[in-house]
Amino acid sequence: MSGKYLWRLGLIAALFVGGIYMLIPTYKLLTMSEEEKQRIGRQQLFDLKKKALNLGLDIQGGMYIVLSVDKSKVKDPAQLKDAADRVVEVIRNRVDQLGVFEPVIQKVGEDRVIVQLPGVVSKERARNIIGKTALLEFKLLADDKVFADFLKSVDDLLRKRGNFTADTSQVGPFTRLLVGYEGDVAVPEENWDKVDSILNLPEVKRLIPPGYQVLWGRTITTKDGKKLRKLFLVQKRTPLTGAHLVDAQATLGQQQMAGQPVVHITFDRTGAVIFARLTGENVGKRLAIVLDGVVQSAPRIQERIPTGNAQITGIPTLQEAQDLAAILRAGALPVPVKIEEERIVGPSLGADSIRRGMIALGVAFILVVIFMLLYYKVAGAIAVLALLANLIFILDVMAMLNATLTMPGMAGLILTVGMAVDANVLIFERIREELRKGKSFRTALEVGYANATRTILDANITTLLTAIVLMFLGVGPIRGFAIVLSIGIVINLFTSIVMTRWIFGYLIEDRKMQAVPI
Amino acid sequence: MRIKWLENPNIDFMGKRKIAYAVSSVLVLVGLISLLLRLTPLGSLFGIRQTWSIDFTGGRLVQVYVEAPIDQVRSATIKMGLRAEIQNVGQAHEFLIKYKEDVEPDSLVRGLERILGKKVRLDRAEHVGPKIGAELREKALILTIVGLLVILFYIWLRFDILFGLAATIALFHDVIITWGLHSLFGFETDMTVIAALLTLIGYSINDSIVVADRVREYLGRFRLIDVSPKDLERIFNDAINSTLSRTVITSFTTFIVVFSLLLFGGPVLFNFAFILTVGVFVGTYSSIFVVSSLVLDWRLRGLRRKGK
Repeated sequence: MSGKYLWRLGLIAALFVGGIYMLIPTYKLLTMSEEEKQRIGRQQLFDLKKKALNLGLDIQGGMYIVLSVDKSKVKDPAQLKDAADRVVEVIRNRVDQLGVFEPVIQKVGEDRVIVQLPGVVSKERARNIIGKTALLEFKLLADDKVFADFLKSVDDLLRKRGNFTADTSQVGPFTRLLVGYEGDVAVPEENWDKVDSILNLPEVKRLIPPGYQVLWGRTITTKDGKKLRKLFLVQKRTPLTGAHLVDAQATLGQQQMAGQPVVHITFDRTGAVIFARLTGENVGKRLAIVLDGVVQSAPRIQERIPTGNAQITGIPTLQEAQDLAAILRAGALPVPVKIEEERIVGPSLGADSIRRGMIALGVAFILVVIFMLLYYKVAGAIAVLALLANLIFILDVMAMLNATLTMPGMAGLILTVGMAVDANVLIFERIREELRKGKSFRTALEVGYANATRTILDANITTLLTAIVLMFLGVGPIRGFAIVLSIGIVINLFTSIVMTRWIFGYLIEDRKMQAVPI
Repeated sequence: MRIKWLENPNIDFMGKRKIAYAVSSVLVLVGLISLLLRLTPLGSLFGIRQTWSIDFTGGRLVQVYVEAPIDQVRSATIKMGLRAEIQNVGQAHEFLIKYKEDVEPDSLVRGLERILGKKVRLDRAEHVGPKIGAELREKALILTIVGLLVILFYIWLRFDILFGLAATIALFHDVIITWGLHSLFGFETDMTVIAALLTLIGYSINDSIVVADRVREYLGRFRLIDVSPKDLERIFNDAINSTLSRTVITSFTTFIVVFSLLLFGGPVLFNFAFILTVGVFVGTYSSIFVVSSLVLDWRLRGLRRKGK
């Protein structure tokens, strides 16, 4: 009869060894310092991360963004359906240019997109890259005379309305808010709100010549440090958009643009034809290059451009020019998006959190182990073994399911240490009870396991039900917790009931022990 | 190691249930008042700080590390035109800045650096739009209700309606007391608090089931008609006493764990650890003094009615 339980013991040992082996990359990654990560290089770090358990943004640092698609801008309901899909696609293209490791970009519900960027903390840059619609449009400017007439008519209207104190000076109530800059009309920072609200008055809107619209320029900082935005009157018609763009490259300009960042764009065949005709027919006029409704620059057309090349100037830094080129290459978003939720965790806070979590886990584990050994002796040691197996297997299963360990998940793991022993406590207490009644150890063991198992199942199923509800209905952080908890409960049933029973079986049957100290 | 009083204990738990009812009522009342003042508009009438986190209200939260006293950080944010709430978290120099204005964390960091003249490290930034805030609120509510329903349905299936009802009351009892205490101290209710409360519910039910299971086992030895009120009370006491050692030990190990999480887990897990540390006590107490007591009283009433 010897050896009935031996193979089971072997199985447990194999599971242990395999389980620990699987966690080596995770351990390496967690204990590696920033300098070491720099040293081993990007490729090797990526390989290591691939093998290791996924760590949440709250542990490794990074950005979590929820975008919503602006439904009001979608006219066709059929379009809305794939608008979000298109947004996901475009953002993925853009994020790829950032070189982020394993970004997560997914559609949630009908009109939401979640973007997770591990390791990215420059919020402004990421926001520029993700949130920009990047709709590039080319529009012809109105003649100076038409614009001047429009400005004058606004002055007249405001005078007539009379809510601007009667002014005898030559300068009108509207044009007083404006300044000239580089031969264009511009608005100083302090007047932006005023001018904007005047332009949005219905009466003023009616004064805009039919087929035209007023657009703001980008923010310019003058040499004496003042901020300005130009105003433009442009044709509503958009003869050419970024949809025909095939390439965009950022460089520092040459000749008269020396040292200034420039984005060169190249159109496809159709785009080049349209561009050639547009420039050919309008020599001497000005063409506004409009990005997301803001005029970037409005150069005067010198001659017909047949090559399908154009350039965008007036970008403050080379980095911004590079990002702009990247998002132009990735294509425009089909609809504007809005940032609904953003969470950023810096790498040092993440490292600090996981360090604290590990300390809490360590302290809790050691205390529970000491208590179990003192209180239940050899049986306690068996329970501790089951607990250890439980922790290792949880992490293994998470790695296999490609789940992510977050800080709330860490809390779930720590909680498991406390609750996992419960099953063994129930069994052991029942065995002790039977022993007190004078039964033999072997009988007490049978009765104890049989009676306690039903209770354990009932108790664990309720916890599992809560965890499953949390998993399906919960959001972000809670989900991480619920995943660990559910996996923990299922594994716990195996480790604390089956595994411990095997070990008892080995000691009683194979090793012919009369009783195990409990 | 042997703990004497845990071996063959014979404590008259049920005899003390009237006192326990009084204690529970007072605690629930305190919890309810605290929740009403901290988490409903009622509190703002009295000028009491509301403790919903930005998860539910929308707004911005920025955590920075800067070697400056909190007063300087506060006056710097005022200079920047923010109506911010500033807290010191974790170690010194780590500040939590909460505000509603539309100022990007990057510009806040730059502004602080300019005014304080010191390097500022951005550790965490959260921005929840009002739409998401409302959605999360709704989700948390659905989560709690569905969670409760699922558990209760299971209990009704496995046990009986009396136990199910008593368990429901106990769950409200546990949540109100624990959550109330948490908000009484002015800690914030965020999404992790909701998760912790649901975990507490699971734990508390777990505990109640162990006792109820034993009650059922002991009751099975009697034919219901033969049970006298005195027997019934004894059966309940016996069931509680014979599971007492398990109850104490499991609560103890769970307590060790959540308490070490509270001490060492850091600010990120604080809310979670707090709720569960308090919850271990409340949940254990309620399975004896709320669930068992109520079921006993209801059964006793049933017996009396039959006797007449």
